[in-house]
Amino acid sequence: MGGVLPLIGKRLLLGLVTLLVVSIIIFGAVELLPGDIAQQILGQSATEETVAALREELGLNRPSYVRYFEWLGGAVQGDFGVSLANERSVAEQLGPRFANTLFLAGLAALISVPLAIGLGVLAALYRNSVFDRVANALSLVAISSPEFFLGYILIVFFAVQNQMFPAISNVTPNMEMGERIYRTMLPAITMALVVTAYMMRMTRAAIINLLASPYIEMARLKGVPNGKVITRHALPNALAPIINVVALNLAYLITGVVLVEVVFVYPGVGQLLVDSVTKRDFPVVQACCLIFAATFILFNLIADVGAILSNPRLRHPK
Amino acid sequence: MSEDDKKSVLLEIKDLKIEGYSDENWIEIVHGIDLTLHRGEVMGLIGESGAGKSTIGLAAMGFTRDGCRISNGTVLFDGMDLTTATRSERRALRGSRIAYVAQSAAASFNPAHKLIDQHTESSLLHKVSSKADSQEDAIELYRRLRLPNPEEIGFRYPHQVSGGQLQRAMTAMAMSCRPDLIIFDEPTTALDVTTQIEVLAAIRDIVDQFNTAALYITHDLAVVAQMADRIKVLLKGDEVEEADTRKMLADPEEDYTKSLWAVRSFKRDQKSEPAAGETPLISVKNVSASYGPVKVLDGVSFDIYRGRTVAVVGESGSGKSTTARCITGLLPPTQGEILYDGKPMPPNYKNRSKDQLRQCQMIYQMADTALNPKKRIGEIIGRPLQFYSGLRGADLKKRVDQLLDQIEMEPSLYYHRLPSELSGGQKQRVGIARSLAADPAFIICDEVTSALDQLVAEGILRLLDRLQKELNLAYMFITHDLATVRSIADVVVVMKEGKVVEMGPKEAMFQPPHHEYTDLLLSSVPEMDPDWLSNLLDQRGLDNIGEAAHQKKT
Amino acid sequence: MLTFVIIYYAFLIVACCVAGYYKYRTALLLLFTLLCISMISGLLFGADVLVNITICVALLAAAAGLSYSFRESLIQVLPPEGAKLMRTAPLTAAFGLLVIIAYIIAAVFAPVIAPFGEAEVVGSSFAPPDDLMLLGGDQLGRDLFSRLIYGARNTVGIALMTTAIAFTVGTIGGLVAAQMGGWVDQVLGRIVDTLMAIPQLIFALLLLTIVGTSVLNLTLVIALLYSPLIFRLARAVATNIVVMDYMEAARVRGESTWYLISREVLPNITAPLAAEFGLRFCFVFLAISALSFLGLGIQPPTADWGSMVRENATLISFGEITPLIPAAAIALLTVAVNFVVDWMLHISSGLKE
Repeated sequence: MGGVLPLIGKRLLLGLVTLLVVSIIIFGAVELLPGDIAQQILGQSATEETVAALREELGLNRPSYVRYFEWLGGAVQGDFGVSLANERSVAEQLGPRFANTLFLAGLAALISVPLAIGLGVLAALYRNSVFDRVANALSLVAISSPEFFLGYILIVFFAVQNQMFPAISNVTPNMEMGERIYRTMLPAITMALVVTAYMMRMTRAAIINLLASPYIEMARLKGVPNGKVITRHALPNALAPIINVVALNLAYLITGVVLVEVVFVYPGVGQLLVDSVTKRDFPVVQACCLIFAATFILFNLIADVGAILSNPRLRHPK
Repeated sequence: MSEDDKKSVLLEIKDLKIEGYSDENWIEIVHGIDLTLHRGEVMGLIGESGAGKSTIGLAAMGFTRDGCRISNGTVLFDGMDLTTATRSERRALRGSRIAYVAQSAAASFNPAHKLIDQHTESSLLHKVSSKADSQEDAIELYRRLRLPNPEEIGFRYPHQVSGGQLQRAMTAMAMSCRPDLIIFDEPTTALDVTTQIEVLAAIRDIVDQFNTAALYITHDLAVVAQMADRIKVLLKGDEVEEADTRKMLADPEEDYTKSLWAVRSFKRDQKSEPAAGETPLISVKNVSASYGPVKVLDGVSFDIYRGRTVAVVGESGSGKSTTARCITGLLPPTQGEILYDGKPMPPNYKNRSKDQLRQCQMIYQMADTALNPKKRIGEIIGRPLQFYSGLRGADLKKRVDQLLDQIEMEPSLYYHRLPSELSGGQKQRVGIARSLAADPAFIICDEVTSALDQLVAEGILRLLDRLQKELNLAYMFITHDLATVRSIADVVVVMKEGKVVEMGPKEAMFQPPHHEYTDLLLSSVPEMDPDWLSNLLDQRGLDNIGEAAHQKKT
Repeated sequence: MLTFVIIYYAFLIVACCVAGYYKYRTALLLLFTLLCISMISGLLFGADVLVNITICVALLAAAAGLSYSFRESLIQVLPPEGAKLMRTAPLTAAFGLLVIIAYIIAAVFAPVIAPFGEAEVVGSSFAPPDDLMLLGGDQLGRDLFSRLIYGARNTVGIALMTTAIAFTVGTIGGLVAAQMGGWVDQVLGRIVDTLMAIPQLIFALLLLTIVGTSVLNLTLVIALLYSPLIFRLARAVATNIVVMDYMEAARVRGESTWYLISREVLPNITAPLAAEFGLRFCFVFLAISALSFLGLGIQPPTADWGSMVRENATLISFGEITPLIPAAAIALLTVAVNFVVDWMLHISSGLKE
């Protein structure tokens, strides 16, 4: 039987279930608050009546599962309720910021994916050479450094000492593309540094693993020249691990933006999340978490589906 | 072939030394090997693991694996020194004039390409023939190698074809450019006996047909006796001796070779049938079992009596080891029961009493994985004593020493050692001591000798026999090696696909008439006689061996 | 400046020629790459960058020299077994060990080394470095150097404790799952999958909003979020052990689950778990620092590197690099641990072959 489709279907279903469970966790976590939201907003000094009134206003008297389904139903349609801090619609605040975050992550991905795969393949082909060792040490340093360290170093060098890029990436909705890219460059490079390092190491490991397989040795023993060994024998099989590596790192990238956005004061979801956490603005926190979690789950899903699709054993069932 | 051809040298290796890289050092692993191979000649390279057979085989193609290098010597192939040849010169030879057949065909075919595309790759690359011609030739070779559906099988992907067929497809691939030399690196080691014979016949046929020279690398003497004109024996990267196959088999010179050749001299007589009314110690009653939805055992029944040995014979997947797992309670049967001394035992080992568990012990095939590498020998043997008999301190030490004496290992020397500091045979002995420590009535021996050299294996068999006499133990011997069965069994049970095909006393089982499958199995086990394969093929015909025989029946 | 640039390039070119002449391939490659980088960045950013590069190279050389002498002296001092092990250590690993030891000393003897208390106000806010305050003052006029030393104790200590908790929970869970199999394995596996479906930092932010930011909460939340990763590794490694014949022998002997886990499995998985501990420590340490940097981790006035970066970040726009020092301290430790872990993994994979 066509083995691929049921497998993918199963994986998609699993992804959906996971998302549902995650939404329950995100909703339920807030329910676990000591007291409830109304109490939290008004503080200890509030009188019983005002708390009860707010409770009524927020609809907190209904059972939690009813409110969960309302919240989920709203979220599916893009309605995340109203912010507690400024009483504006959460979706309205979130929309443009989410676009900004995607733009930043996309730019970082554009820089890092080709770079990382290229470097990773080279490091694997010339393993244990100087190039491999230097690349290995440098990528370790990049992985080990907190994003804010890399970010501030870039600011000091490119913004303060050389004034090539702005230190603060304040993008606005109706900015021109070139200007937008220019302002987003530093945060994008910061993220790209970390993600490239991860991706490069994973690509290198995957390729080395692949090159050790007996069929690669067999190809060499058949007199296949080096270049052709790579293009004809290694690449078709390397696709699965590489797709996996890229998707997993994009998942990391989309959630790793929080710190970078704070460092560069970039108006994205991460910044909003951190602000709302400090203000204890629960509807916004919930919405941000749900968006991040959904993107993360989506990329993990893509990683798995990509791996299934590019596996010749599964593509050509018995 | 003419005398001239015979004399023309194809491959000449002189004083070949190869080093391997480990712990930041280059260590010599092949110490100066000389080898001369004439056109059309098949030379067998034999030795244990670590003898350097594969390394030498690859070096004959001017190839070394990562972390190895040729440090000395020359490899002259048809007058060209491969150690000094340029990369492209070597590449031009590989696949076209020297081909390679690997041990694991399943891993050596690229999963991303169809068989026939991998087959034609060499001939296209070396510009021997066009794609269409090459494909036609491939189909012809597939037919020649008796692959089923030769027109169609090449258009499948490797994972869609069985192991024995893949191995033949790989031989066909090696033949694609009609090379002068093929290196066979243990091509049948991963296969079952009945499948192996088919591949052997195919290889021999095609090598004869095209008058190809070959280096045949294996650790199996009986196999090399069928395939090779000359045999070279290797030990730890050194040559032991070399001679014509018949001479080598009949009259080896070196002690090491003699020890390899030593046909099993140990054979004990079959014990008398148990008395009519005796209750069997273990009785397997109509047991069926499955792993998930897959049924692996189907109505298996046999009895084991005190002081007797039952040998269970069959190929991989026949359910031998599963039966053992049912007896020990690791896999509760879906149907049927196991009786101990006439009384049923709980199907799951978790529900059995300490005494029931104690009575039934097991010795494993791979002594390496059967002993915890982080525990000392004294601790390994002592634990069952502690656990079942509650022995402590000096009593415990005394009993462990006794057991070590019993397995012929000096207590003071071995008590504090780790398993990694013992040889394979010694580890197996420790495994035996551990099972004896429980003071059992019944021991399951799961392929206990198949990972060991002949002489060591014989020592283990003798030890087991002595212990059986001294302690009146019952054994269940799981094996695929008929020589072992001949030497130690009282009753033989033949299994296939989860069913008992045939059973009976040993003497009767080795005499015809046999059940059809028993016959196939018995006849497929290679013997040391160099004419064995030819005689067998004459007797049975090509359609009555291996998968072909299986298929004919169904 | 001009003289410096001339000397700089002359030196590099001569060094390249020497390396080429004596066929030191590695050295030539490195020097030539350095030359190319210098030219490009010199053209782009001016001659100042060459000074920076010189400083970097000098620092690297100093670190390499220090690590080399450290390794060689360890080989002399240690008993034969340890010395044999150290001989296999690459310079990076020796460097990592050296740094880790330095951090431990700083953490243990913080009150002795630091000239001032961690919350003691010494001078004016953002005071420049002088004899009194080696690295100057922070936004409240506390001594940055003293706070840096105390930070080793607080940040590393909390990260270590968190990793230990995560590790205990994850390892025990993983071993139990591998040993018991069946539904226990299934249930634990599902829980872990779900926990890992939410990105850790985001999940941490959510939970910390709710439970509030105290050191205890921080420790527990991070430990909870990082234990699934350890669970997976422990389970994977233990699964390989559980199928071994000696495990079957012990199981059929009737041994208890506790005996199986503690006596048969655990001794065989200590090496990969130790490497994993190092790796996870890095992640936990970075996560805690990140939360502190966001103002949601370790709270003032406790000296902590993450929050120190946050508190002094404004100085960056004036071209001051003092806020980068605590960040560098974080990076240096993680780099050091990673170097050592890399070496350990190399050893354990080498032993297997």
